[in-house]
Formats: sequence, C-alpha cells, structure tokens
Amino acid sequence: MNIHEYQAKELFDRFQVPSPQGRVAASPEEASAAAKEFAGAKLVIKAQVHAGGRGKGHFKNGFQGGVHLIDSPEQAAEFAGKMLNETLVTVQTGDAGRVVRKVMIAEAVDITHEYYLAILMDRDTCAPVIVASTEGGMSIEDVAHDTPEKIFRQVIHPLLGLQAYEIRKIIAELGLSGDVAKQFGKTLKNLYKLFIDCDCSMLEINPLVTTPDGRVLALDAKFGFDDNALYRHPDIVAMRDKEEEDPREVAASEYDLNYIGLDGNIACLVNGAGLAMATMDIIKHYGGEPANFLDVGGGASKEQVTAAFKIILGDPNVKGILINIFGGIMDCNVIAEGVIAAAKETGLPIPLVVRLEGNNVEAGKATLAASGLDIVTADDMADGAQKIVKAVG
Amino acid sequence: MAILIDENTKVLVQGITGSFGGKHAQLSLDYGTKLVAGVTPGKGGQKFSDTVPIFDTVSQAVNETGATASAIFVPPPFAADAILEAMDAGVELIVCITEGIPVMDMMRVKEALKGSKSRLVGPNCPGIVTPGLGEKSHGGCRIGIAPGYIHKRGNVGVVSRSGTLTYEAVFQLTQMGYGQSTCVGIGGDPINGTNHLDVLKMFNDDDETEAIIMIGEIGGNAEAEAARWAKDNCKKPIAGFIAGATAPPGRRMGHAGAIVGGEDDTAEAKKKILAECGIAVSETPSDMAKTLMEVWGK
Repeated sequence: MNIHEYQAKELFDRFQVPSPQGRVAASPEEASAAAKEFAGAKLVIKAQVHAGGRGKGHFKNGFQGGVHLIDSPEQAAEFAGKMLNETLVTVQTGDAGRVVRKVMIAEAVDITHEYYLAILMDRDTCAPVIVASTEGGMSIEDVAHDTPEKIFRQVIHPLLGLQAYEIRKIIAELGLSGDVAKQFGKTLKNLYKLFIDCDCSMLEINPLVTTPDGRVLALDAKFGFDDNALYRHPDIVAMRDKEEEDPREVAASEYDLNYIGLDGNIACLVNGAGLAMATMDIIKHYGGEPANFLDVGGGASKEQVTAAFKIILGDPNVKGILINIFGGIMDCNVIAEGVIAAAKETGLPIPLVVRLEGNNVEAGKATLAASGLDIVTADDMADGAQKIVKAVG
Repeated sequence: MAILIDENTKVLVQGITGSFGGKHAQLSLDYGTKLVAGVTPGKGGQKFSDTVPIFDTVSQAVNETGATASAIFVPPPFAADAILEAMDAGVELIVCITEGIPVMDMMRVKEALKGSKSRLVGPNCPGIVTPGLGEKSHGGCRIGIAPGYIHKRGNVGVVSRSGTLTYEAVFQLTQMGYGQSTCVGIGGDPINGTNHLDVLKMFNDDDETEAIIMIGEIGGNAEAEAARWAKDNCKKPIAGFIAGATAPPGRRMGHAGAIVGGEDDTAEAKKKILAECGIAVSETPSDMAKTLMEVWGK
C-alpha cells in the first residue's frame, strides 16, 4: 500500500521526524490560503501522486513540471489551478499519467548536503536493516553500482531494537558532528520507532538533508507497509487512495481476492500463489500473454469466485480465460459453481478453458459438464495452456 | 526413513475447533495420521470427532498424550503466540499453516526460537506429508492441508514454497509411478522457520530419499543458497522449478515473500544459478517430474 507525500508528512509529524513545513490543498483557494500561512518563507508547490519524477514530468494540458517554486499566494492559486484535476505524466506513471487531486504547499529548503537513509526488513538476516549513505539525492541503485563503499548497513537486533551505539556508528560513517549529529540521531531514533510501530516493510528517505540554518529534514519519503499487518493499523488503511490504484485491483480487493493486473489478453484464475505464477509462466511459454495474476486462495466462496470471474470479464483486453485449479483446501465443485453462476450472469463471450484437479474434482467436472456452457476442459496445466493460447490465436 | 514425520508421529492441532482447523484435522484423521490431541483455549474437556481430546493449553496436550508435532491453524493475529506456546511446551516440530501473520511478528518469533528444541516449518505453508503404504497412500502422516490421495510412498523428496504447485509435482510423480519419501511445504512468507537448504540437508542424509524436486519462486535467495550447497554436498539428483518468470518487478505476487527485489531474485536469475549448480531446471511447471526422471536416469 502506498501513501501520498502529505500523508507521509502526517506520519513524520506524529513521530517527530522533522520535515519541511507544509499544507495540503485540494483547490486553488486552499492553495492560496496555505501559502498565506507561510508568508515570508520561500515556498514550493508539489503535485501529490503515488509516483516519483514529478519535477521533470508534464501535464497533459501542457503545463510543465509537477513541482514549482512559488513567489506569492496568487501564484500558488494559479499553479494549483493548472495542476488540480489535471493528468501528470512522469517516467514512473507511464503514458497514462495520474490525475492530481491534491497539491502540497511546502517550505522550499536550502540544502547543505543530501543524505540517503532507509530502513528495510532484510530477508537474509530476518531483521530490520538501516541503510545510510552520504550520497543522497540520486538513485541509490547507481550509488550501489558505482561507489558501494559509500553505503553503510547496520542490521538491528529484532528484539533489542536500535541501540545508542548503533546510532553513533551511523553518525560516524556519515561524517556528522556537533549539533547536526545530535539532531540526526534523534531523527533516526524516531524513524526507527515509526518503522516498527507502523509495521513498515520499507521506509526510504531520499534525500535526508542538512540545511545552512542547522536543521536536519526529511525531504521526500517512500513508504511500504506490511499488508499482513494492516489489520492492526486502521489509521494507515484510512490513508489508502483507491484512485491511485488499478481499478481492477481495487475491485478485487473488495472481495479479498489477490489480483494483479498485467497487460496481456489471456486471463487466469488459479488457487494458490505459486501455481498462479506458474500458470502465468506457462501461458507465456506457449506463446500467450497473461492478462493478470489471480489467486482465489483456498477458502474462496462461490461468491468470490463469481466476483473474480466478473472482474476478469470486465477487462477489455481479455480475449480468453484459463482456470487452473489444484484443490487442496479449494473444493473443485465450489469453483465450478462459481464459474457457472458468473457465466450465466455475464454470458460467456470468450473462450474458457478449465483444468480441475484435487479436492472433489469429480463433482466439479460433472457440474461443468452439466452446465450447458461452452467450456473446454483440460487434463493438465500444459494441455490447458496450449488450448487457451490456440483459442485466443 | 522419510524426514521430520512418519506414520508413528503423534500430532496435535492448535485451532482444532475452528472450521479450517477442524476440516483438515478430520482429513488428516481420515488419512490415518496419528492425531492425538487438539488445543483450543476454553474448549478443554471436549472431544473432536468423538475420539480426539481437546485441551486448553499445548502443555496439557503434550503432557497427556506425548504429542511431538503440532499443526497450527490459528488466525493471523494470534498465530505468533500459538507458535511460541508450542515452543514453550517442548513441541519438536511446529508446522504453521496460517497465512497473513505480520512480518514483524515472525521476525520476533524466529529470534525467540533460536536455541529451543523446536523446529518451525512455515508459516503460510501447506504442511508436510509422509505418504503411507495403504490405498491412495493411506496410513501415512499428513500435517496441514495437502490432498492425501495424490501421494504415493516412494523415494523422491519434494520441497517447495508453494502449496498447489507442490501438489502438481507430487501428482506428476505419482502418475509416473514414482512415490515420495516426504513432501515439505516451507511456505510463501519472507521470514520462515525452515528453508530449502535445511530440507535439502535432511533429504541428503535420509536413506529413503534417492532424488529430490525443489520448487521455488521469485523473492529472496533461499533457492540460490540451497543450490550452492547442493553443488558441493548433495549426492542425489535434483530437479528444480522457479515460478514467477512473468511476474512484474516490485509487486507482491500473492505470497508475502514473492516479490522481485533486484536482479538476483528474478526467476531467470535463480534458474541460471540452479543450472550452474548442477540442478536440472524444468522449463515449465508441467515438466517437473519428467525433468527429474531425465537427471535421475530413469
């Protein structure tokens, strides 16, 4: 789950991680009012979208750049008018771009130095790791490639948490001293607390800056949250912006379906994530292009299966469907009933190949056969993939 | 010999009175598993399926029945606590089926398990099966959710992150007439109790296992680590498959652990490493057993 920059700022404020002053605005009037609040400060207006590269992006209405310095409340309103409800295209959004619904009016900050600071869950050590570098404000992947010695990693003990000596180590690695070092230390401590308390999977600050007036500020943040932990963070769930997500995926999540939209034209519906990935792989192997990843899981009800089927049919790119089920938890007959219910509601305008195996398979096959629908059955995965690729052409 | 479990292993089920736990406890009983106890706090004194005593705590269950393995079917908010309770009761093998446990909970549980006598398999796993010698492999030990009938007792060890993809491999083997010593589902979470390498080592030391199928997916480097060990240490032929060649980078593909982080944990990169280490890589999921036959010389 992603969040907007202004929401990241809310979390930073809550955990006392310093960031530039800012206000979010959803209209030119609000933008102007926000700018007035900061009268006297140098200000910047920033489009709020879940994507990077905003500064170098462009709007489809011709306005260039999603980040601008502003010199007055009037200019704040003017630029807000050119951004709000307009589509911003950046290197990360793809050509479709994203509609900008909010902007942030923030303090423009003079920078002495840009650092990189991130906290991640490290799979190898099964512990949080702090990654820090003096080379902030640029792609960390490039730094890792060109000057890996400038990246410092500290693995934190999963039960003891961040210790004072570890903070001192990182400060020393970054070459900080004096009051700035103290502030950095406090910031890091608070960031770590945020990371743990919010069940983050990743928290990346690039850049973390020092300023001529001696402040340490988080200038930009990218958050990742552990989906498994969201049940215990309703406040973070409330930050979800469904308009920034693929509408097919939003619909699927409403039924607790695990769905990821892709660009191909052969849809699949599978039980189990590994088998679902393998199904996408085998479709491609036989020359087709998968339209989606979809794991209905083992406990799926007939209603969820019907909903999944309808979401697939609602995708205009889809020209054929492969259902691949190996029932362990999943009951093949539940799948069969769900598919038939869906097909009867929506009709079945495209080829459907179904491969069933496992729990209650005989009943499932019988249900499909008796349905009167034009369903092609397959004996195994390879057979199923080949048949659907051939049918779609 | 099989590994981890055999037809004599005494199993208890934590969460036996939930619909999910109950359904699979019954299927395990039907399979011939020695299911000797259930644990649901507050339901102690009741019976499951008329014959299996239910206890309030794992300690009571272990003391009364001598169970040495536990299957955990407890919902995500309480599953970490269930694992720790089993560890505290001295359960030697803890198999956690639950999907959806917060990663930080597992981080803390894994640290706490260090130095204990408990081995954790999972979470978010289909469990472990050592097939029996009866009809449709009845009489073996089934911990978890795998369909029993697809198995056959034999000499191939199967280790996998994915449940349903394991069933594919097992079914392919059984249909070819080659049975399995033990099938271990290690699960799809990024932090788990047992990884591919742990299981390969056990298969390598097991007299009954003559060949191995290893199934992995994108995310993390467990498969690469296992392959590199196998190259120098494993005497038995291995066939492998890695799911997720078509997964887009940065997206979590269902399993919490299935996310491509960098260049090294794509399916392609992993397949290459496996091949370099002498593991026969199956190009498609439908050829896993066939690939093993080729490298095994059958």
